Amino acid sequence: MRVVITGNHAVSYGAKLARAEVIAAYPITPQTEVVERLSEMVANNVLKAKFIKVESEHSAMAACLGASAVGARAFTATSSQGLVLMHEMLHWASGARLPVVMANINRAMAPPWSVWSDQNDSLSQRDTGWLQFYCEDNQEIFDTTIQAYKICEKVSLPGMVILDAFILSHTSEVVDIPEQDLVDKFLPRYNPKYKLDVEDPHTFGGLVKPDLYYEFRYKIQQAMEEAKEVIKEVDDEFGKAFGRSYGLVERYNCDGADTILIASGSIASTAREAVDILRNEGKDIGLAKIRVFRPFPKEEIRELAKGRKAIGVIDRNISFGNEGIFFSEIKSSLYSEPKRPLIHGFIAGLGGRDVIISDIKDMAKTLISKEPKDINWVGLK
Amino acid sequence: MKLTIPEEEILSTGHLACQGCGATLAMRYALKALGRDVIIALPACCWTVIDGPFPYSSVGVPLFHTAFETAASVASGIEAGLEIQGKKGVTVLGWAGDGGTMDIGIQALSGAVERGDNFIYVCYDNEAYMNTGIQRSSSTPYGAWTSTTPAKTFKSTPKKNMVEIMVAHKIPYAATASISHPEDFISKMRSAKKIKGPKFLQILSPCPVGWRYPPQMTVKVGKLAVETNVFPLYEVRYGKYRVRKPAKPKPVAEYLELQGRFKHLKATEIIEIQKKVDEEWRTLLKKEEVFS
Repeated sequence: MRVVITGNHAVSYGAKLARAEVIAAYPITPQTEVVERLSEMVANNVLKAKFIKVESEHSAMAACLGASAVGARAFTATSSQGLVLMHEMLHWASGARLPVVMANINRAMAPPWSVWSDQNDSLSQRDTGWLQFYCEDNQEIFDTTIQAYKICEKVSLPGMVILDAFILSHTSEVVDIPEQDLVDKFLPRYNPKYKLDVEDPHTFGGLVKPDLYYEFRYKIQQAMEEAKEVIKEVDDEFGKAFGRSYGLVERYNCDGADTILIASGSIASTAREAVDILRNEGKDIGLAKIRVFRPFPKEEIRELAKGRKAIGVIDRNISFGNEGIFFSEIKSSLYSEPKRPLIHGFIAGLGGRDVIISDIKDMAKTLISKEPKDINWVGLK
Repeated sequence: MKLTIPEEEILSTGHLACQGCGATLAMRYALKALGRDVIIALPACCWTVIDGPFPYSSVGVPLFHTAFETAASVASGIEAGLEIQGKKGVTVLGWAGDGGTMDIGIQALSGAVERGDNFIYVCYDNEAYMNTGIQRSSSTPYGAWTSTTPAKTFKSTPKKNMVEIMVAHKIPYAATASISHPEDFISKMRSAKKIKGPKFLQILSPCPVGWRYPPQMTVKVGKLAVETNVFPLYEVRYGKYRVRKPAKPKPVAEYLELQGRFKHLKATEIIEIQKKVDEEWRTLLKKEEVFS
């Protein structure tokens, strides 16, 4: 069924078709529509789920963990301040190896107050042990929500489906929503090996001394490494079932390109347009979209960089005191390569500032005409 | 005298509690009351350690360790998860200390109780942050020494009245109990189990380490807390009060003088505490009179 829906509602339908069983959520702009729609679905009995209207995002995540620990498929959605309030429980989710799936609508952190898009909320959760998927359009948001459950349940780690505030959350696009039975075939019921069960009592998360804690952490890293393969497998399987797949890093017009721009989220859409224009103008440039940020697709980045002269990374975020976060990660992935391209960092679009085609054309020009800098401020007043 | 409490021990030996730990008796009795079909949500508290290090566990029922402020919200999630899977007959038990209940966890607890989620929440009350080394909590009583309220500047505000906060939520069942009165405690746990919706029990759990008395005195200290009316035993069922009344209240000084945490108090301060205890007691009886 093809419908015209916002990015937020694409998340709601994704959670519905994934048959989320426990939803715990707290309102925050611009996320709220996601759970409003889900609460209607639960009220109208088109989604068989329990909706816990918690008193904070911290409790939302805590309730999701309780539900997931008894073997229910748990879902929440949040944004910005709400995500950051959850931070403690994000660590808890991965440490407890619970495959909760959450949508985060990228919204800038306050102060000053802003409700518009940037990635500092989700990227400051980088080290919490969550898989992170940055989506470019509403179809990808819907598809990724379904894929995320399958991936996360296979590797026993939680996952975050991430979309830009307003640019995606409140913008309507055509989304193809498959039949429930096809989704059921793709995504069977969650059936964990271990759960809270009175018939088979176990304790979860008890004190571990230094002689074993280290190994618990090693296993999370192993699961993240394994997730890279699982993401590819699940994406292929999804492609076969539904005709759409995405990969960890998508290349667009990269063949033979000396210079590459790397973007994530909705900026990638604008960059596609810019690259098309530049190609028509005879410029030798391609685009790569990073869809999966955790686990970080190092191998794909290394492969992508081979034989290129220059790479530019567009970051709608900043690690204060350093540089753009994608830029840092990409640069560090390439360090061990025998031949490395020059790499330019671009900070753009913080707090929802529009990043338009001419901005991206300027970046492309910088790649071939200027010495590389860790930070180029795009459109700074 | 033969006690009427169940003989079966669900809590096993080999746990890591200090000698004379009231909180351990509390768990022992709670499990006797509830049986084995229980899932526990356990935030940071003494019990985080008591249960034992991985891979050991002494409670004998499924237990989920969680963050300090999340006993109630995790319990809500467990309950919802069980319900949606059609699993019936399991009691969800939030089990937290006084800090995890009255300070850092009060928001989550208030939220869950207001929503009417179906679980039993036990606050085992040892009147300070004992696991971290006896720092004051909002449950620490007036006059007490703790490691953050040195004797010179002892806790100068009253103990938070958590039962009343729960009653203000229109909770179906709220009660106090003490490890010194196991029959009363177990009967209240069983009452709670039968009621649908949120239930709150505050169990006085004396702590020899933090209260500064010899470990063999735990039950005696608990008894005196009840018999002096410092910690009255009562329940509030759908807003109706029922108070257990000691034959003749003992002087508060008898309770205070057993414990090193009160040894700095002057005679005038003890008189002051007695006055406050009497006042609180009269208020409680008045409530019982009006709401019964």
